Amino acid sequence: MAVSSPTQTTQIMNNVDAVRATLYDAMKNDPRTVILGEDVGARGNVFLITKDFAKEFGPQRVIDTPIAEASIVGIAIGMAMEGLRPIAEIQFADFIYPAFNQIVGEAAKTRYRSNGEYTCPLVIRTPYGGGVRGALSHSVSIEALFYHVPGLKILAPAFPADVKGLLNAAIDDPDPVLFLEHKKTYRLIKGEVPDGHYTIPIGKANVLKEGTALTVVSYGLYVHWALEAAQQLAGEGISVEVIDLRSIRPMDKTTILQSVEKTRKLLIVHEDNKFGGIGAEISAMVAEEALFSLDAPIRRHCAPDVPAMGYAEPLEHEYMSSPAKIADAMRELARF
Amino acid sequence: MATTNRTSPPFERAGLSDEQLVGMLRTMLLQRMLENRGFQLNRQGKIPFASASEGHEGVQAGAAMAFARGRDLLFPYYRDLGLALGVGLTPYEVLLSLFARAADLSGGRQFPHHYASRRLGIATISSIIAAQLSHAVGAAYALRVRGENGRAVLTTFGDGATSEGEWHESVNFAAVHKLPIVLLCENNEWAISTPLAKQMGQPDIWRRAAGYGLPSTCVDGMDPVACYLAVSDALDRARTGGGPTLVEAKCYRFLAHTTDDDDRTYRSREEVEAHRRDDPVPNFERRLVEAGILAPEGLERLKAELLAEINEATDRAEAMPYPGGEELYRNVYADSTDPWR
Repeated sequence: MAVSSPTQTTQIMNNVDAVRATLYDAMKNDPRTVILGEDVGARGNVFLITKDFAKEFGPQRVIDTPIAEASIVGIAIGMAMEGLRPIAEIQFADFIYPAFNQIVGEAAKTRYRSNGEYTCPLVIRTPYGGGVRGALSHSVSIEALFYHVPGLKILAPAFPADVKGLLNAAIDDPDPVLFLEHKKTYRLIKGEVPDGHYTIPIGKANVLKEGTALTVVSYGLYVHWALEAAQQLAGEGISVEVIDLRSIRPMDKTTILQSVEKTRKLLIVHEDNKFGGIGAEISAMVAEEALFSLDAPIRRHCAPDVPAMGYAEPLEHEYMSSPAKIADAMRELARF
Repeated sequence: MATTNRTSPPFERAGLSDEQLVGMLRTMLLQRMLENRGFQLNRQGKIPFASASEGHEGVQAGAAMAFARGRDLLFPYYRDLGLALGVGLTPYEVLLSLFARAADLSGGRQFPHHYASRRLGIATISSIIAAQLSHAVGAAYALRVRGENGRAVLTTFGDGATSEGEWHESVNFAAVHKLPIVLLCENNEWAISTPLAKQMGQPDIWRRAAGYGLPSTCVDGMDPVACYLAVSDALDRARTGGGPTLVEAKCYRFLAHTTDDDDRTYRSREEVEAHRRDDPVPNFERRLVEAGILAPEGLERLKAELLAEINEATDRAEAMPYPGGEELYRNVYADSTDPWR
């Protein structure tokens, strides 16, 4: 892990603790920081991420907004243009669609259209992802809808230490950043988090496990499942390299290509559906840059192309992958 | 609620000096002449596009006179040429925008009349209707957080913008937090081809303010002094902790929406001609001459000076280079333009 100012001590945290601790430090250390969103104040966010923030920092900096996602982002853009460091929250990623124009048409183009006269240092945080019985409107993945857009940065860390380092980087970043938090990992995933302020560079993937037989690229919840599957396959004598993308845009081309040139096989695993997903861009990039290094066709293990996962358990189960399904996909590619 | 119906008050100077009154007329004349120049250049095939604000000169010159340069912040829309001129944009900068030259404020990226200037306090805008409203509200909130009393935000929009959901969201948020902002509607009765009657069930935008819990006022948008007074009162209230105000200025769009529009397809010449009686530019010229503030020969001299300035600026801007193709790649991000590192 690239840590700009490593410290000796660490704390065990889950992902939700890591978000909370990082936001707390940002509020404590920079009076320009404001948090705005639905139920972030008195309620302290629906996952209690900002619990007691309003008491400590006051309602002027921890703003319970009306239920109006387009203007949550639009107001944050205006704040950012005028020197604050807003952290806007969309309560669930599924609610972000009304804000599409403000993110794509406004935030992403503020610097560009004014030729640098105005900038938009804005973080939009939002919980995404399934496996929590969230049905059609509390479980979607939204990254593919936004990663097409130059001017935006998109992060999706999976581990608590990465959550802290990348959220700090997002807050420090001079451009708009969409920060995606997989809600099933919020309390499920625990890990050591260095004390003190540090950042992880945006645009750097992390090789979680080195291997020789094939490369798996993933992000979010499925990184953990891919790692579990890879460990299982190690027992079968198949050596799998697992890369956690962490940053979806910009994307770490170098790390992916270096890995693929070594293993000569690529499997991309993501929770979002397949058509036009992140895997499509990675596949195209690898085909353009490293086709003749490949010993097998690129494979994508993704969600089916249906509008969403259903509420009923079997429908969610059918939509979601699992360590076992990912292990099967790895075995199949390894055998090719 | 400080509300009035549309009236044309008798001429009064509202505390404005002769110099300020003539200054407003100067802004109005510049707006009209520059706009006319934009249409001419388009018809000559020299520029691809120009948009129209003829009929908005009164409200814009009045609002600009109320705006405190170097202190207030402006979040305009794309029909605010006169407002931009009134707060300090130069004719040369307008022509650079029309010609899309490298030296344009946006480097030739934006459509004409989408100005962004920190120097003048003009925020960057897109062409998306009402998208700037929430930015303006956010900027007003930033002034509040920083405790910058004595400063306010002025944002403007047309009647069509009030149909957008984000208009509602923004006015509502401004009212909830009693923000230092003035929301100025330049109601010209037409949203491209869609008339007011198809845009809203009742035609008085100022009446909506009561539903949000903020004061509003309605003025004759063809009268620059009345508009100055209304916007000045509202900005003073905003600067002194009195919260937001919705101001509706009723004006008219005399020309087609843009050089690409033909308004003969949706409104009668009779309607347009009937509104010409209220044309703010000749009416204000006449008022200043009749009040003895400007002599007839002074008016002619002023027009000649402005025309000479615009002619000179046209030649100078036209002679400037376009941005090079490499400029396309700049300012995507602060540090890099490459999505792949």
